[in-house]
Amino acid sequence: MSWLEKILPSITSVAKKNIPEGLWNKCPKCETTLYSQELKALNGVCPQCDYHMRLTARVRIDGFLDKQGQEEIAADLSAVDPLKFKDQKKYKDRYLQAQKTTHEKDALVVKTGTLNGIKVVVAAFEFKFMGGSMGSVVGEKFVRAAKISIKTNAPLICFSASGGARMQEGLFSLMQMSKTALMIKLLSDKKVPFISILTDPTMGGVSASFAMLGDVHIAEPNALIGFAGPRVVEQTVCESLPKGFQRSEFLLEKGAIDMIVHRSELRTQVHKILSAMTFNND
Amino acid sequence: MNLDYLDFEQPIAELEEKIQALDNIKDKVDIVNEMKALKVKSGALTKKIFSSLSDWQISQLARHPKRLYTLDYIPHVFDEFTELHGDRTYGDDHAIIAGIATLDAQPVMFIGQQKGRTTQEKLKHNFGMPRPEGYRKALRLMKLAEKFSMPIVTFIDTPGAYPGVGAEERGQSEAIAKNLFEMSTLATPIISVIIGEGGSGGALAIGVADITMMFKYSIYSVISPEGCASILYKDTTKASLAAESLKLTSTHLKEEGLIDIIIDEPLGGIHRDPSQSKVLLKKALTQELNKIKQLSIKQLLQNRQEKLLSFGRFKD
Repeated sequence: MSWLEKILPSITSVAKKNIPEGLWNKCPKCETTLYSQELKALNGVCPQCDYHMRLTARVRIDGFLDKQGQEEIAADLSAVDPLKFKDQKKYKDRYLQAQKTTHEKDALVVKTGTLNGIKVVVAAFEFKFMGGSMGSVVGEKFVRAAKISIKTNAPLICFSASGGARMQEGLFSLMQMSKTALMIKLLSDKKVPFISILTDPTMGGVSASFAMLGDVHIAEPNALIGFAGPRVVEQTVCESLPKGFQRSEFLLEKGAIDMIVHRSELRTQVHKILSAMTFNND
Repeated sequence: MNLDYLDFEQPIAELEEKIQALDNIKDKVDIVNEMKALKVKSGALTKKIFSSLSDWQISQLARHPKRLYTLDYIPHVFDEFTELHGDRTYGDDHAIIAGIATLDAQPVMFIGQQKGRTTQEKLKHNFGMPRPEGYRKALRLMKLAEKFSMPIVTFIDTPGAYPGVGAEERGQSEAIAKNLFEMSTLATPIISVIIGEGGSGGALAIGVADITMMFKYSIYSVISPEGCASILYKDTTKASLAAESLKLTSTHLKEEGLIDIIIDEPLGGIHRDPSQSKVLLKKALTQELNKIKQLSIKQLLQNRQEKLLSFGRFKD
Protein backbone atom coordinates (compact mmCIF):
# COMPACT_ATOMS: atom_id res chain seq x y z
CA MET A 1 0.00 0.00 0.00
CA SER A 2 1.38 3.40 -0.91
CA TRP A 3 1.52 6.22 1.63
CA LEU A 4 -1.27 8.01 -0.21
CA GLU A 5 -3.59 5.03 0.01
CA LYS A 6 -2.77 4.77 3.71
CA ILE A 7 -3.83 8.32 4.27
CA LEU A 8 -6.75 8.39 1.89
CA PRO A 9 -8.01 4.83 1.47
CA SER A 10 -11.56 5.84 0.66
CA ILE A 11 -10.65 8.29 -2.06
CA THR A 12 -8.45 5.94 -4.08
CA SER A 13 -10.91 3.09 -3.98
CA VAL A 14 -13.71 5.36 -5.09
CA ALA A 15 -11.57 6.74 -7.86
CA LYS A 16 -10.80 3.19 -9.10
CA LYS A 17 -14.46 2.26 -9.15
CA ASN A 18 -15.37 5.34 -11.13
CA ILE A 19 -13.17 4.53 -14.08
CA PRO A 20 -15.37 2.61 -16.50
CA GLU A 21 -13.68 -0.30 -18.19
CA GLY A 22 -12.29 0.39 -21.62
CA LEU A 23 -12.06 4.13 -21.18
CA TRP A 24 -8.32 3.90 -21.61
CA ASN A 25 -6.29 1.68 -23.92
CA LYS A 26 -2.62 0.91 -23.96
CA CYS A 27 -0.74 0.73 -27.25
CA PRO A 28 0.70 -2.81 -27.42
CA LYS A 29 3.85 -1.46 -29.09
CA CYS A 30 4.89 1.80 -27.40
CA GLU A 31 2.69 1.27 -24.32
CA THR A 32 1.37 4.82 -24.40
CA THR A 33 -1.93 5.10 -22.57
CA LEU A 34 -4.56 6.34 -24.99
CA TYR A 35 -8.02 7.71 -24.48
CA SER A 36 -10.45 5.20 -26.07
CA GLN A 37 -12.61 7.81 -27.79
CA GLU A 38 -9.54 9.36 -29.40
CA LEU A 39 -8.24 5.94 -30.47
CA LYS A 40 -11.60 5.14 -32.02
CA ALA A 41 -11.56 8.37 -33.99
CA LEU A 42 -8.10 7.38 -35.25
CA ASN A 43 -9.40 3.97 -36.42
CA GLY A 44 -7.26 2.14 -33.91
CA VAL A 45 -3.93 3.65 -34.98
CA CYS A 46 -1.63 4.78 -32.15
CA PRO A 47 -0.99 8.55 -32.50
CA GLN A 48 2.42 8.11 -30.86
CA CYS A 49 4.01 5.26 -32.84
CA ASP A 50 1.56 4.63 -35.72
CA TYR A 51 0.94 1.05 -34.61
CA HIS A 52 -2.11 -0.38 -36.40
CA MET A 53 -4.20 -2.27 -33.85
CA ARG A 54 -6.50 -5.08 -34.91
CA LEU A 55 -10.08 -4.01 -35.60
CA THR A 56 -13.29 -5.97 -35.34
CA ALA A 57 -14.96 -6.81 -38.66
CA ARG A 58 -17.82 -4.41 -38.01
CA VAL A 59 -15.69 -1.44 -36.97
CA ARG A 60 -13.57 -2.16 -40.04
CA ILE A 61 -16.47 -2.10 -42.49
CA ASP A 62 -18.32 0.77 -40.81
CA GLY A 63 -15.22 2.92 -41.00
CA PHE A 64 -14.57 2.00 -44.61
CA LEU A 65 -17.94 2.26 -46.35
CA ASP A 66 -19.96 5.46 -46.70
CA LYS A 67 -22.26 5.81 -43.70
CA GLN A 68 -25.46 5.69 -45.78
CA GLY A 69 -26.78 2.60 -47.51
CA GLN A 70 -24.84 -0.19 -45.81
CA GLU A 71 -26.61 -3.52 -45.98
CA GLU A 72 -25.44 -6.79 -44.50
CA ILE A 73 -25.83 -10.01 -46.48
CA ALA A 74 -25.95 -13.68 -45.47
CA ALA A 75 -25.96 -12.59 -41.83
CA ASP A 76 -27.65 -15.74 -40.56
CA LEU A 77 -25.31 -18.42 -41.88
CA SER A 78 -23.87 -20.55 -39.10
CA ALA A 79 -21.81 -23.74 -38.75
CA VAL A 80 -23.11 -27.28 -38.28
CA ASP A 81 -20.08 -29.20 -36.95
CA PRO A 82 -19.98 -31.79 -39.77
CA LEU A 83 -17.24 -33.89 -38.13
CA LYS A 84 -18.63 -33.77 -34.57
CA PHE A 85 -15.12 -32.56 -33.88
CA LYS A 86 -13.71 -32.82 -30.41
CA ASP A 87 -10.30 -32.13 -28.94
CA GLN A 88 -9.98 -31.01 -25.35
CA LYS A 89 -13.14 -29.04 -26.04
CA LYS A 90 -15.99 -29.71 -28.44
CA TYR A 91 -16.07 -27.60 -31.60
CA LYS A 92 -19.72 -26.86 -30.78
CA ASP A 93 -18.74 -25.35 -27.44
CA ARG A 94 -15.84 -23.38 -28.88
CA TYR A 95 -18.20 -22.09 -31.56
CA LEU A 96 -20.89 -20.98 -29.13
CA GLN A 97 -18.26 -19.35 -26.95
CA ALA A 98 -16.88 -17.44 -29.96
CA GLN A 99 -20.39 -16.29 -30.87
CA LYS A 100 -20.92 -15.09 -27.34
CA THR A 101 -17.70 -13.12 -27.04
CA THR A 102 -17.76 -11.56 -30.51
CA HIS A 103 -21.53 -11.19 -31.04
CA GLU A 104 -20.94 -12.53 -34.55
CA LYS A 105 -22.38 -15.67 -36.15
CA ASP A 106 -19.04 -16.67 -37.70
CA ALA A 107 -15.69 -15.19 -38.72
CA LEU A 108 -16.72 -13.18 -41.81
CA VAL A 109 -19.00 -10.16 -42.13
CA VAL A 110 -20.21 -9.08 -45.58
CA LYS A 111 -21.91 -5.83 -46.50
CA THR A 112 -22.92 -4.04 -49.66
CA GLY A 113 -22.63 -0.27 -49.76
CA THR A 114 -20.74 2.54 -51.41
CA LEU A 115 -17.24 3.94 -51.20
CA ASN A 116 -17.35 7.66 -52.04
CA GLY A 117 -20.32 6.81 -54.21
CA ILE A 118 -18.91 3.72 -55.97
CA LYS A 119 -21.07 0.64 -55.37
CA VAL A 120 -18.99 -2.07 -53.68
CA VAL A 121 -19.25 -5.35 -51.78
CA VAL A 122 -17.05 -5.56 -48.70
CA ALA A 123 -16.10 -8.64 -46.69
CA ALA A 124 -14.12 -8.44 -43.45
CA PHE A 125 -12.74 -11.13 -41.17
CA GLU A 126 -13.45 -11.16 -37.46
CA PHE A 127 -10.13 -12.34 -36.07
CA LYS A 128 -11.54 -12.74 -32.57
CA PHE A 129 -13.88 -15.44 -33.88
CA MET A 130 -11.69 -18.55 -33.62
CA GLY A 131 -8.69 -16.74 -35.07
CA GLY A 132 -10.64 -15.65 -38.13
CA SER A 133 -10.44 -19.24 -39.34
CA MET A 134 -12.14 -20.19 -42.61
CA GLY A 135 -14.70 -22.97 -42.42
CA SER A 136 -17.80 -23.70 -44.48
CA VAL A 137 -19.64 -20.54 -43.35
CA VAL A 138 -16.79 -18.18 -44.17
CA GLY A 139 -16.36 -19.86 -47.56
CA GLU A 140 -20.03 -19.69 -48.39
CA LYS A 141 -20.37 -16.06 -47.29
CA PHE A 142 -17.41 -15.18 -49.49
CA VAL A 143 -19.06 -16.99 -52.42
CA ARG A 144 -22.27 -15.03 -51.90
CA ALA A 145 -20.37 -11.76 -51.70
CA ALA A 146 -18.61 -12.57 -54.98
CA LYS A 147 -21.89 -13.59 -56.61
CA ILE A 148 -23.41 -10.20 -55.78
CA SER A 149 -20.30 -8.53 -57.17
CA ILE A 150 -20.64 -10.47 -60.41
CA LYS A 151 -24.35 -9.80 -60.68
CA THR A 152 -24.22 -6.08 -59.92
CA ASN A 153 -20.79 -5.36 -61.38
CA ALA A 154 -19.76 -3.98 -57.99
CA PRO A 155 -16.06 -4.35 -57.08
CA LEU A 156 -15.28 -6.79 -54.26
CA ILE A 157 -13.06 -5.72 -51.40
CA CYS A 158 -11.91 -8.13 -48.73
CA PHE A 159 -10.14 -7.33 -45.46
CA SER A 160 -8.33 -10.51 -44.42
CA ALA A 161 -7.36 -11.29 -40.83
CA SER A 162 -7.08 -15.01 -40.34
CA GLY A 163 -4.90 -17.79 -39.03
CA GLY A 164 -5.99 -19.98 -41.95
CA ALA A 165 -8.38 -22.89 -42.46
CA ARG A 166 -10.61 -23.99 -39.56
CA MET A 167 -9.26 -27.43 -38.72
CA GLN A 168 -12.37 -28.35 -36.71
CA GLU A 169 -14.17 -28.75 -40.03
CA GLY A 170 -11.49 -31.01 -41.50
CA LEU A 171 -11.34 -31.33 -45.27
CA PHE A 172 -14.50 -29.23 -45.64
CA SER A 173 -12.45 -26.19 -44.64
CA LEU A 174 -9.61 -27.07 -47.01
CA MET A 175 -12.16 -27.15 -49.83
CA GLN A 176 -13.16 -23.55 -49.05
CA MET A 177 -9.82 -22.60 -50.58
CA SER A 178 -10.72 -23.93 -54.03
CA LYS A 179 -14.33 -22.78 -53.65
CA THR A 180 -13.34 -19.15 -53.00
CA ALA A 181 -10.55 -19.24 -55.61
CA LEU A 182 -13.13 -20.32 -58.21
CA MET A 183 -15.26 -17.27 -57.38
CA ILE A 184 -12.30 -14.94 -57.88
CA LYS A 185 -11.69 -16.61 -61.25
CA LEU A 186 -15.31 -16.00 -62.27
CA LEU A 187 -15.08 -12.43 -61.00
CA SER A 188 -11.88 -11.94 -62.95
CA ASP A 189 -13.41 -13.39 -66.14
CA LYS A 190 -16.22 -10.84 -65.79
CA LYS A 191 -13.59 -8.09 -65.27
CA VAL A 192 -15.03 -7.03 -61.93
CA PRO A 193 -12.23 -5.68 -59.69
CA PHE A 194 -11.16 -7.54 -56.58
CA ILE A 195 -9.07 -5.60 -54.08
CA SER A 196 -7.45 -7.74 -51.40
CA ILE A 197 -6.52 -5.86 -48.25
CA LEU A 198 -4.20 -7.85 -46.05
CA THR A 199 -4.30 -6.98 -42.38
CA ASP A 200 -2.60 -8.48 -39.37
CA PRO A 201 -2.45 -11.49 -39.58
CA THR A 202 -3.22 -13.18 -42.92
CA MET A 203 -1.88 -16.73 -42.95
CA GLY A 204 -2.35 -20.30 -44.19
CA GLY A 205 -5.41 -21.27 -46.17
CA VAL A 206 -6.73 -17.73 -46.41
CA SER A 207 -3.49 -16.27 -47.69
CA ALA A 208 -3.04 -19.30 -50.02
CA SER A 209 -6.42 -18.75 -51.66
CA PHE A 210 -8.42 -15.60 -52.42
CA ALA A 211 -6.31 -13.20 -50.32
CA MET A 212 -3.37 -13.60 -52.73
CA LEU A 213 -5.59 -13.43 -55.83
CA GLY A 214 -6.40 -9.74 -55.78
CA ASP A 215 -6.12 -7.50 -58.82
CA VAL A 216 -4.37 -5.26 -56.34
CA HIS A 217 -2.85 -6.31 -53.01
CA ILE A 218 -2.83 -3.69 -50.29
CA ALA A 219 -1.33 -4.38 -46.88
CA GLU A 220 -1.56 -2.42 -43.65
CA PRO A 221 1.79 -1.49 -42.11
CA ASN A 222 3.61 -4.25 -40.23
CA ALA A 223 0.95 -6.92 -40.83
CA LEU A 224 2.06 -10.57 -40.59
CA ILE A 225 1.34 -12.18 -43.96
CA GLY A 226 2.47 -15.60 -45.12
CA PHE A 227 1.73 -19.26 -45.73
CA ALA A 228 3.40 -21.06 -42.82
CA GLY A 229 3.52 -19.44 -39.40
CA PRO A 230 6.91 -17.97 -38.39
CA ARG A 231 7.33 -20.54 -35.61
CA VAL A 232 6.82 -23.44 -38.01
CA VAL A 233 9.31 -21.93 -40.46
CA GLU A 234 11.83 -21.39 -37.67
CA GLN A 235 11.51 -25.01 -36.52
CA THR A 236 11.86 -26.27 -40.11
CA VAL A 237 14.96 -24.34 -41.07
CA CYS A 238 16.52 -24.46 -37.57
CA GLU A 239 17.90 -20.96 -37.77
CA SER A 240 16.66 -17.54 -36.75
CA LEU A 241 14.48 -15.76 -39.27
CA PRO A 242 15.53 -12.66 -41.24
CA LYS A 243 14.53 -9.33 -39.71
CA GLY A 244 10.97 -8.31 -40.52
CA PHE A 245 10.25 -11.76 -42.02
CA GLN A 246 6.66 -12.07 -43.32
CA ARG A 247 5.82 -8.47 -42.43
CA SER A 248 4.16 -6.14 -44.96
CA GLU A 249 7.38 -4.22 -45.62
CA PHE A 250 9.20 -7.53 -46.31
CA LEU A 251 6.47 -8.64 -48.73
CA LEU A 252 6.58 -5.31 -50.56
CA GLU A 253 10.33 -5.74 -50.96
CA LYS A 254 9.85 -9.30 -52.30
CA GLY A 255 7.18 -8.21 -54.77
CA ALA A 256 4.21 -10.00 -53.25
CA ILE A 257 2.06 -6.91 -52.65
CA ASP A 258 1.42 -3.67 -54.51
CA MET A 259 1.54 -1.21 -51.65
CA ILE A 260 1.39 -0.56 -47.95
CA VAL A 261 -1.29 1.92 -47.03
CA HIS A 262 -1.82 3.70 -43.73
CA ARG A 263 -5.28 3.04 -42.35
CA SER A 264 -6.24 6.71 -42.55
CA GLU A 265 -5.50 6.68 -46.29
CA LEU A 266 -7.27 3.43 -47.18
CA ARG A 267 -10.58 4.85 -48.33
CA THR A 268 -8.88 7.41 -50.55
CA GLN A 269 -6.44 4.92 -52.06
CA VAL A 270 -8.98 2.20 -52.80
CA HIS A 271 -11.36 4.76 -54.26
CA LYS A 272 -8.64 6.08 -56.53
CA ILE A 273 -7.82 2.59 -57.82
CA LEU A 274 -11.44 1.59 -58.29
CA SER A 275 -12.24 4.85 -60.10
CA ALA A 276 -9.57 4.00 -62.65
CA MET A 277 -10.64 0.38 -62.96
CA THR A 278 -14.29 1.26 -63.48
CA PHE A 279 -13.68 4.43 -65.54
CA ASN A 280 -14.66 2.88 -68.87
CA ASN A 281 -17.61 0.91 -67.53
CA ASP A 282 -21.02 1.70 -68.93
CA MET B 1 11.97 -54.91 -34.26
CA ASN B 2 11.75 -54.73 -38.04
CA LEU B 3 11.91 -51.06 -39.03
CA ASP B 4 10.21 -51.73 -42.37
CA TYR B 5 7.06 -52.57 -40.44
CA LEU B 6 4.85 -50.31 -38.32
CA ASP B 7 4.26 -51.24 -34.68
CA PHE B 8 0.85 -52.79 -35.36
CA GLU B 9 2.37 -54.79 -38.25
CA GLN B 10 5.03 -56.41 -36.01
CA PRO B 11 3.16 -59.71 -35.43
CA ILE B 12 2.89 -60.05 -39.22
CA ALA B 13 6.59 -59.22 -39.56
CA GLU B 14 7.54 -61.99 -37.15
CA LEU B 15 5.56 -64.57 -39.07
CA GLU B 16 6.95 -63.37 -42.37
CA GLU B 17 10.48 -63.66 -41.00
CA LYS B 18 9.81 -67.25 -39.99
CA ILE B 19 8.46 -68.02 -43.45
CA GLN B 20 11.54 -66.43 -44.98
CA ALA B 21 13.83 -68.48 -42.73
CA LEU B 22 12.06 -71.67 -43.73
CA ASP B 23 12.21 -70.66 -47.36
CA ASN B 24 15.99 -70.40 -47.08
CA ILE B 25 16.35 -74.02 -45.98
CA LYS B 26 13.57 -75.57 -48.06
CA ASP B 27 15.99 -77.36 -50.35
CA LYS B 28 17.53 -79.25 -47.45
CA VAL B 29 14.43 -80.31 -45.55
CA ASP B 30 10.89 -81.07 -46.63
CA ILE B 31 8.85 -78.35 -45.00
CA VAL B 32 6.27 -77.58 -47.64
CA ASN B 33 3.35 -78.26 -45.37
CA GLU B 34 4.74 -76.26 -42.53
CA MET B 35 5.35 -73.29 -44.81
CA LYS B 36 1.88 -73.50 -46.24
CA ALA B 37 0.39 -73.47 -42.77
CA LEU B 38 2.46 -70.48 -41.74
CA LYS B 39 1.46 -68.57 -44.87
CA VAL B 40 -2.21 -69.21 -44.15
CA LYS B 41 -1.67 -68.07 -40.60
CA SER B 42 0.09 -64.92 -41.76
CA GLY B 43 -2.73 -64.15 -44.19
CA ALA B 44 -5.36 -64.64 -41.51
CA LEU B 45 -3.45 -62.49 -39.05
CA THR B 46 -3.06 -59.70 -41.59
CA LYS B 47 -6.74 -59.88 -42.41
CA LYS B 48 -7.60 -59.66 -38.75
CA ILE B 49 -5.34 -56.70 -38.04
CA PHE B 50 -6.47 -54.87 -41.19
CA SER B 51 -10.17 -55.44 -40.57
CA SER B 52 -10.19 -52.99 -37.68
CA LEU B 53 -7.53 -50.37 -38.36
CA SER B 54 -7.83 -47.14 -36.45
CA ASP B 55 -7.64 -43.83 -38.32
CA TRP B 56 -4.23 -43.28 -36.78
CA GLN B 57 -2.98 -46.65 -38.05
CA ILE B 58 -4.26 -45.73 -41.51
CA SER B 59 -2.37 -42.43 -41.25
CA GLN B 60 0.78 -44.42 -40.51
CA LEU B 61 0.15 -46.73 -43.48
CA ALA B 62 -0.31 -43.69 -45.74
CA ARG B 63 3.23 -42.70 -44.74
CA HIS B 64 4.63 -46.23 -44.58
CA PRO B 65 8.36 -46.26 -45.43
CA LYS B 66 7.77 -49.01 -47.99
CA ARG B 67 4.68 -47.49 -49.61
CA LEU B 68 5.04 -46.87 -53.34
CA TYR B 69 5.95 -43.36 -54.45
CA THR B 70 5.13 -41.49 -57.67
CA LEU B 71 8.33 -42.62 -59.41
CA ASP B 72 7.59 -46.27 -58.54
CA TYR B 73 4.29 -46.06 -60.41
CA ILE B 74 5.25 -44.09 -63.52
CA PRO B 75 6.95 -46.90 -65.53
CA HIS B 76 4.13 -49.34 -64.78
CA VAL B 77 1.06 -47.13 -65.10
CA PHE B 78 2.14 -45.21 -68.22
CA ASP B 79 3.42 -46.63 -71.48
CA GLU B 80 5.72 -43.70 -72.00
CA PHE B 81 6.90 -40.75 -69.97
CA THR B 82 8.86 -37.68 -71.04
CA GLU B 83 9.79 -35.54 -68.08
CA LEU B 84 9.62 -31.75 -68.50
CA HIS B 85 11.43 -29.39 -66.18
CA GLY B 86 11.33 -25.95 -64.61
CA ASP B 87 9.02 -23.04 -63.96
CA ARG B 88 10.81 -20.77 -66.49
CA THR B 89 11.35 -18.18 -63.77
CA TYR B 90 13.36 -19.47 -60.88
CA GLY B 91 14.20 -23.16 -60.96
CA ASP B 92 13.22 -26.80 -61.15
CA ASP B 93 11.64 -28.28 -58.05
CA HIS B 94 12.24 -32.03 -57.73
CA ALA B 95 9.42 -32.42 -55.19
CA ILE B 96 7.16 -32.33 -58.23
CA ILE B 97 7.79 -34.66 -61.17
CA ALA B 98 5.96 -33.65 -64.35
CA GLY B 99 5.83 -34.39 -68.02
CA ILE B 100 3.97 -35.92 -70.94
CA ALA B 101 2.84 -39.48 -70.38
CA THR B 102 0.80 -42.01 -72.31
CA LEU B 103 -2.02 -43.79 -70.54
CA ASP B 104 -3.60 -46.55 -72.60
CA ALA B 105 -2.52 -44.81 -75.84
CA GLN B 106 -3.94 -41.45 -74.66
CA PRO B 107 -1.37 -38.66 -74.13
CA VAL B 108 -1.84 -36.98 -70.77
CA MET B 109 0.00 -34.35 -68.77
CA PHE B 110 1.30 -36.01 -65.63
CA ILE B 111 2.10 -34.11 -62.43
CA GLY B 112 3.07 -35.92 -59.24
CA GLN B 113 4.68 -35.28 -55.88
CA GLN B 114 7.70 -37.42 -55.04
CA LYS B 115 8.94 -38.06 -51.49
CA GLY B 116 12.12 -40.08 -52.01
CA ARG B 117 13.18 -43.29 -50.28
CA THR B 118 16.88 -43.11 -49.43
CA THR B 119 18.27 -40.18 -47.48
CA GLN B 120 19.86 -38.83 -50.64
CA GLU B 121 16.58 -39.09 -52.56
CA LYS B 122 14.65 -37.56 -49.71
CA LEU B 123 16.92 -34.52 -49.80
CA LYS B 124 16.73 -34.27 -53.58
CA HIS B 125 12.94 -34.37 -53.56
CA ASN B 126 12.70 -32.33 -50.33
CA PHE B 127 10.61 -35.07 -48.68
CA GLY B 128 7.85 -34.35 -51.18
CA MET B 129 7.35 -30.80 -49.96
CA PRO B 130 7.12 -28.50 -52.99
CA ARG B 131 8.38 -24.93 -53.11
CA PRO B 132 6.63 -22.19 -55.11
CA GLU B 133 8.64 -23.05 -58.24
CA GLY B 134 7.25 -26.59 -58.05
CA TYR B 135 3.68 -25.33 -58.10
CA ARG B 136 4.55 -22.87 -60.86
CA LYS B 137 6.10 -25.67 -62.93
CA ALA B 138 2.91 -27.65 -62.41
CA LEU B 139 0.78 -24.68 -63.51
CA ARG B 140 2.91 -24.04 -66.57
CA LEU B 141 2.45 -27.62 -67.69
CA MET B 142 -1.25 -27.66 -66.88
CA LYS B 143 -1.70 -24.64 -69.15
CA LEU B 144 0.25 -26.53 -71.78
CA ALA B 145 -2.13 -29.47 -71.37
CA GLU B 146 -5.10 -27.16 -71.83
CA LYS B 147 -3.52 -25.68 -74.94
CA PHE B 148 -2.98 -29.07 -76.57
CA SER B 149 -6.16 -30.73 -75.24
CA MET B 150 -4.42 -33.26 -73.03
CA PRO B 151 -6.15 -34.53 -69.91
CA ILE B 152 -4.24 -33.97 -66.68
CA VAL B 153 -3.39 -36.71 -64.19
CA THR B 154 -1.94 -35.76 -60.81
CA PHE B 155 -0.54 -37.97 -58.04
CA ILE B 156 -0.69 -36.43 -54.57
CA ASP B 157 1.78 -37.49 -51.89
CA THR B 158 3.03 -34.68 -49.69
CA PRO B 159 3.24 -33.75 -46.02
CA GLY B 160 2.49 -30.20 -47.21
CA ALA B 161 3.98 -27.25 -49.06
CA TYR B 162 7.49 -26.50 -47.80
CA PRO B 163 7.51 -24.05 -44.88
CA GLY B 164 10.94 -22.52 -45.55
CA VAL B 165 12.32 -18.99 -45.64
CA GLY B 166 12.98 -19.01 -49.39
CA ALA B 167 9.58 -20.55 -50.13
CA GLU B 168 7.90 -17.73 -48.21
CA GLU B 169 10.09 -15.10 -49.90
CA ARG B 170 9.15 -16.39 -53.34
CA GLY B 171 5.42 -16.40 -52.56
CA GLN B 172 4.34 -19.88 -51.46
CA SER B 173 0.82 -18.58 -50.76
CA GLU B 174 0.50 -16.91 -54.13
CA ALA B 175 1.78 -19.98 -55.97
CA ILE B 176 -0.78 -22.25 -54.32
CA ALA B 177 -3.60 -19.71 -54.72
CA LYS B 178 -2.82 -19.24 -58.41
CA ASN B 179 -3.08 -22.98 -59.05
CA LEU B 180 -6.49 -23.16 -57.34
CA PHE B 181 -7.58 -20.14 -59.38
CA GLU B 182 -6.49 -21.56 -62.74
CA MET B 183 -7.45 -25.18 -62.13
CA SER B 184 -11.01 -24.20 -61.24
CA THR B 185 -11.77 -23.39 -64.87
CA LEU B 186 -8.97 -25.10 -66.81
CA ALA B 187 -10.55 -26.41 -70.01
CA THR B 188 -9.33 -30.01 -69.90
CA PRO B 189 -10.22 -33.00 -67.69
CA ILE B 190 -8.31 -33.27 -64.41
CA ILE B 191 -8.00 -36.52 -62.45
CA SER B 192 -6.22 -36.55 -59.09
CA VAL B 193 -5.13 -39.58 -57.11
CA ILE B 194 -4.01 -39.41 -53.51
CA ILE B 195 -1.47 -42.22 -53.42
CA GLY B 196 -0.26 -41.64 -49.86
CA GLU B 197 -0.43 -38.41 -47.96
CA GLY B 198 -2.66 -35.50 -48.99
CA GLY B 199 -1.21 -32.71 -46.87
CA SER B 200 -3.42 -29.61 -46.85
CA GLY B 201 -2.93 -26.69 -49.26
CA GLY B 202 0.25 -28.30 -50.54
CA ALA B 203 -1.86 -31.20 -51.84
CA LEU B 204 -4.85 -29.18 -53.02
CA ALA B 205 -2.56 -27.00 -55.17
CA ILE B 206 -2.40 -29.90 -57.67
CA GLY B 207 -5.69 -31.46 -56.55
CA VAL B 208 -8.56 -29.33 -57.85
CA ALA B 209 -10.04 -32.07 -60.03
CA ASP B 210 -13.06 -33.43 -61.86
CA ILE B 211 -12.43 -36.81 -60.29
CA THR B 212 -10.56 -37.31 -57.01
CA MET B 213 -9.47 -40.84 -56.18
CA MET B 214 -7.81 -42.14 -53.06
CA PHE B 215 -6.01 -45.35 -52.38
CA LYS B 216 -7.83 -47.03 -49.50
CA TYR B 217 -5.16 -46.40 -46.87
CA SER B 218 -4.27 -42.87 -47.98
CA ILE B 219 -5.14 -39.78 -46.02
CA TYR B 220 -6.27 -36.30 -47.05
CA SER B 221 -6.44 -33.61 -44.43
CA VAL B 222 -6.53 -29.88 -43.73
CA ILE B 223 -3.67 -30.35 -41.27
CA SER B 224 -1.43 -33.27 -40.26
CA PRO B 225 -2.49 -35.17 -37.13
CA GLU B 226 0.74 -34.00 -35.49
CA GLY B 227 0.14 -30.35 -36.42
CA CYS B 228 -3.42 -30.52 -35.18
CA ALA B 229 -2.32 -32.13 -31.92
CA SER B 230 0.35 -29.52 -31.35
CA ILE B 231 -2.16 -26.68 -31.78
CA LEU B 232 -5.24 -28.08 -30.07
CA TYR B 233 -3.64 -30.30 -27.44
CA LYS B 234 -0.30 -28.48 -27.21
CA ASP B 235 1.14 -32.00 -27.40
CA THR B 236 2.30 -33.79 -30.57
CA THR B 237 2.02 -37.19 -28.89
CA LYS B 238 -1.75 -36.76 -29.07
CA ALA B 239 -1.55 -37.20 -32.86
CA SER B 240 -3.55 -40.44 -32.71
CA LEU B 241 -6.45 -38.61 -31.05
CA ALA B 242 -6.24 -35.82 -33.62
CA ALA B 243 -6.25 -38.37 -36.46
CA GLU B 244 -9.56 -39.76 -35.21
CA SER B 245 -11.10 -36.28 -34.95
CA LEU B 246 -9.98 -35.06 -38.37
CA LYS B 247 -11.87 -37.75 -40.36
CA LEU B 248 -9.03 -37.94 -42.86
CA THR B 249 -9.45 -41.47 -44.24
CA SER B 250 -10.80 -42.42 -47.66
CA THR B 251 -13.90 -44.03 -46.15
CA HIS B 252 -14.91 -40.92 -44.20
CA LEU B 253 -14.20 -38.60 -47.12
CA LYS B 254 -16.13 -40.73 -49.59
CA GLU B 255 -19.13 -40.72 -47.25
CA GLU B 256 -19.06 -36.93 -47.14
CA GLY B 257 -18.79 -36.67 -50.92
CA LEU B 258 -15.40 -34.96 -50.67
CA ILE B 259 -13.73 -37.59 -52.87
CA ASP B 260 -15.21 -39.69 -55.66
CA ILE B 261 -13.51 -43.07 -55.80
CA ILE B 262 -11.62 -45.34 -53.42
CA ILE B 263 -9.02 -47.59 -55.05
CA ASP B 264 -8.74 -50.83 -53.10
CA GLU B 265 -5.37 -51.94 -51.75
CA PRO B 266 -4.00 -55.50 -51.61
CA LEU B 267 -4.30 -57.30 -48.26
CA GLY B 268 -1.89 -55.64 -45.84
CA GLY B 269 -1.58 -52.45 -47.91
CA ILE B 270 0.19 -51.37 -51.08
CA HIS B 271 3.66 -52.29 -49.81
CA ARG B 272 2.70 -55.94 -49.36
CA ASP B 273 1.93 -56.36 -53.06
CA PRO B 274 3.39 -53.54 -55.17
CA SER B 275 2.74 -55.07 -58.59
CA GLN B 276 -0.93 -55.70 -57.82
CA SER B 277 -1.22 -52.11 -56.58
CA LYS B 278 0.18 -50.72 -59.81
CA VAL B 279 -2.33 -52.77 -61.79
CA LEU B 280 -5.21 -51.52 -59.63
CA LEU B 281 -4.16 -47.91 -60.10
CA LYS B 282 -3.75 -48.23 -63.85
CA LYS B 283 -7.14 -49.87 -64.16
CA ALA B 284 -8.93 -47.20 -62.13
CA LEU B 285 -7.21 -44.38 -64.01
CA THR B 286 -7.93 -45.79 -67.46
CA GLN B 287 -11.54 -46.44 -66.61
CA GLU B 288 -12.20 -42.93 -65.30
CA LEU B 289 -10.26 -41.22 -68.05
CA ASN B 290 -12.29 -42.99 -70.71
CA LYS B 291 -15.49 -41.96 -68.95
CA ILE B 292 -14.62 -38.34 -68.49
CA LYS B 293 -13.35 -37.94 -72.06
CA GLN B 294 -16.94 -38.44 -73.20
CA LEU B 295 -18.03 -35.15 -71.65
CA SER B 296 -17.96 -31.93 -73.65
CA ILE B 297 -15.62 -29.29 -72.19
CA LYS B 298 -18.62 -27.11 -71.44
CA GLN B 299 -20.31 -29.88 -69.46
CA LEU B 300 -17.04 -30.78 -67.76
CA LEU B 301 -16.49 -27.22 -66.55
CA GLN B 302 -20.06 -26.83 -65.41
CA ASN B 303 -19.80 -30.05 -63.39
CA ARG B 304 -16.51 -28.93 -61.88
CA GLN B 305 -17.95 -25.59 -60.88
CA GLU B 306 -21.01 -27.14 -59.28
CA LYS B 307 -18.83 -29.61 -57.45
CA LEU B 308 -16.47 -26.96 -56.04
CA LEU B 309 -19.41 -24.83 -54.92
CA SER B 310 -21.10 -27.79 -53.24
CA PHE B 311 -18.25 -28.32 -50.74
CA GLY B 312 -19.23 -27.09 -47.29
CA ARG B 313 -21.86 -27.72 -44.62
CA PHE B 314 -23.73 -24.88 -42.91
CA LYS B 315 -27.10 -23.69 -41.65
CA ASP B 316 -28.84 -20.97 -43.65
